[in-house]
Amino acid sequence: MPQTGPSQTVKFYQTGTLTVGNRLLDPASRTVQSSESRSNAITCGHRACQGCGEALGARYAVDAAMRAANSQLVCVNATGCLEVFTTPYPETSWQVPWLHSLFGNAAAVAAGVAAAMRVKGRQEVRVLAQGGDGGTTDIGFGCLSGMFERNDDVLYVCYDNQAYMNTGVQRSSATPPTARTATTPVAEDAPGNVFGTGKNVPLIAMAHNIPYVATASVADLHDLEAKVNRAMSLRGARYLHVLVPCPLGWGSASHDTIRLARLAVECGLFPLFEAEHGEITATKPIRRRVPVEEYLRPQRRFAHLFRPDAPHAGEALARIQAMADANIRRFDLLRMSDDRKETA
Amino acid sequence: MLKQIEGSRAMAEAIALCRPEVICAYPITPQTHIVEGLAELVRDGRLTGCEYLNVESEFAALSVAIGSSAAGARTYTATSSQGLLFMMEAVYNASGLGLPIVMTLGNRAIGAPINIWNDHSDAMAVRDAGWIMLFAETNQEAVDLHIQAFRLAEELSCPVMVNVDGFILTHAVERVDVPEQIQVDTFLPPFEPVQVLDPRDPVSIGAMVGPEAFTEVRYLAHHKQMLALDAIPRIAAEFKGVFGRESGGLLRGYRMEDADTVVVAMGSVMGTIKDTIDEMRDQGHAVGALHIGSFRPFPLEEVRSALLPAKRVVVLEKNLAIGMGGVLASHVRMALRGHGNRVHTLVAGLGGRPITRASLSRFLAVVEQEPHNTLHFLDLNTEVVEAEIARMAQTRRSGPIAENVLRRMGAGGLL
Ligand SMILES: Cc1ncc(C[n+]2csc(CCOP(=O)(O)OP(=O)(O)O)c2C)c(N)n1
Ligand code: SF4
Repeated sequence: MPQTGPSQTVKFYQTGTLTVGNRLLDPASRTVQSSESRSNAITCGHRACQGCGEALGARYAVDAAMRAANSQLVCVNATGCLEVFTTPYPETSWQVPWLHSLFGNAAAVAAGVAAAMRVKGRQEVRVLAQGGDGGTTDIGFGCLSGMFERNDDVLYVCYDNQAYMNTGVQRSSATPPTARTATTPVAEDAPGNVFGTGKNVPLIAMAHNIPYVATASVADLHDLEAKVNRAMSLRGARYLHVLVPCPLGWGSASHDTIRLARLAVECGLFPLFEAEHGEITATKPIRRRVPVEEYLRPQRRFAHLFRPDAPHAGEALARIQAMADANIRRFDLLRMSDDRKETA
Repeated sequence: MLKQIEGSRAMAEAIALCRPEVICAYPITPQTHIVEGLAELVRDGRLTGCEYLNVESEFAALSVAIGSSAAGARTYTATSSQGLLFMMEAVYNASGLGLPIVMTLGNRAIGAPINIWNDHSDAMAVRDAGWIMLFAETNQEAVDLHIQAFRLAEELSCPVMVNVDGFILTHAVERVDVPEQIQVDTFLPPFEPVQVLDPRDPVSIGAMVGPEAFTEVRYLAHHKQMLALDAIPRIAAEFKGVFGRESGGLLRGYRMEDADTVVVAMGSVMGTIKDTIDEMRDQGHAVGALHIGSFRPFPLEEVRSALLPAKRVVVLEKNLAIGMGGVLASHVRMALRGHGNRVHTLVAGLGGRPITRASLSRFLAVVEQEPHNTLHFLDLNTEVVEAEIARMAQTRRSGPIAENVLRRMGAGGLL
């Protein structure tokens, strides 16, 4: 392996204070991706858009799960972008045993795989199910809830890009209020998706009292991997909800995926937390709080809020800010993080 | 072992003897006793090495089955009617993925109006889904077909549906020879999947396929069913070798020798038909019957050669292809195309209406004289339908049809 000194740039990994996965860190802190001996569960050459957060999130989550499972992993996939861009026949990007059945049944199919492994005495084989927010929070929700309720031995990962991207950016129950999608178009004073409470599946998952629930974002891949590791150290039903910006659906620049994922967390709209058996066990404090506007402005799906003549835009922005503030209060996100306490 | 036993219980015991490794189902009448029986066998330890999953819907039930079968476990499920439709998307998926799942379908009508009784509407709704579809005539055959179904499914890597008439078979207590474990073990080798999810040899299953290969994939599914035309009789013959009785097969004739009129049907109604034929034979009518045991694959050639000598064919349908006639009759017409046989569609027994020997023989006697092809509804209450049609024509807001029909029948004492 070539020596990499601090002055050298690390190929395809970010460097700097918010560094992820790079080889500048001491080995214990490096991500799975920084290792050349990682499993490479999803090979390159797939057809995701440039800057796709879902491709990135899936790669990190699956490789971390592979390492945690000692490569004894089976993946089940719901229909959606991830499935389509990784398996253009006759090719496949998956280097793990992988099964796609339907849009709404990944949780149940995974439960079946887990049952088969149990009955065959192959407890070492672990099962990971995955889907987009549509396949998880909408059409697959019944199967997901059933999987939680039975406490099937499956880690379910939801890649939340906040809409149905594979079919051309339509609203899902995870689409944020006011966002423009193909089925919540902006017209006169109708500002995209209406305000509602949406469907907060991490909290609903917690209500099932399953062993582990967590949220993560592709801006903090160390954190994402740590959560996959924690999840994989447990048995039973586990749920991980990952925010994965989608340049196509969000109308954002390909190079802004990580920045937007970070801003979503830092403005408070996407709180990062972990819960075990229905109780919150950890939340990730915000390092540098930003107003929601900073997160919303670079995205074309919110462009109507920033037109000078936009009706109700001020009120809409205030309501979104209030949602972020509520999260910050609820999860106490502005308390000092442990590492900052030490230097304070 | 000979037992006086409920059909569902006998089927549950036979399925258990096949050593399924994952069972996952959702209750619906008239399938319930089968899955309850299996739950009991798993719970009390008589069926070991089996995971029994309780799920939240039929869609989940078949989805779990898809996962477990793809992971290499012998997998069983069962449903009926609305349940089959609720799992419909997964029904196509299971066959598309080539997964050898065995499913019992306790045949039942589909609503609205809701009706729990037997007909074949549910099976006909999935006739083109790519499953092998077998129909049982008796409870003995229902038991035997399940054992053959696992062989067939695993040999061809294709799901198999065993159709059993709801209530008429599932709930009937009669004499059944429930096989011994040793016999089943001789007949049914352990499941060796052709494609399996295993980290030791990773494969992708269920990839996206475009126009460049979809036709070929579909062709191969069809080819598999054509192979089943050979496999079904071969497996039935092997079954006879081990268990000592004839059961299953593609089709079975009854008193077909020099029959001018042949009644074609599927499932338990054959009992009534055979009795009717015996009576009519005694009265000098040249009548016979043909049971279609394998509806998918449909044995076109065999049906043609069995029916060619007959002057007329009456296809007794326990389904209605609304706006068309009957599903089975259209298949029989296809088998006989280019030949002079008259084919009558007789829609009977919808939603559990009894099919009586009297009505059937009356119809057969008329058909011997009748020169035209017809679509006939056995025992249709024409008075009621005509009155309802007239009322609907007169009243714009004519209200709910089923409820009006019921009221009229109740008021007039017509039924
Ligand atoms: C039963 C069914 N309904 C609709 C579709 C069409 N469909 C395929 S993927 C998809 C949206 C996927 O959205 P999501 O789950 O959020 O994943 P993403 O593509 O955004 O990653 C839809 C609606 C389908 N495949 N099956
Ligand atoms: S549409 Fe979005 S989620 Fe889908 S591949 Fe493109 S960037 Fe990724």
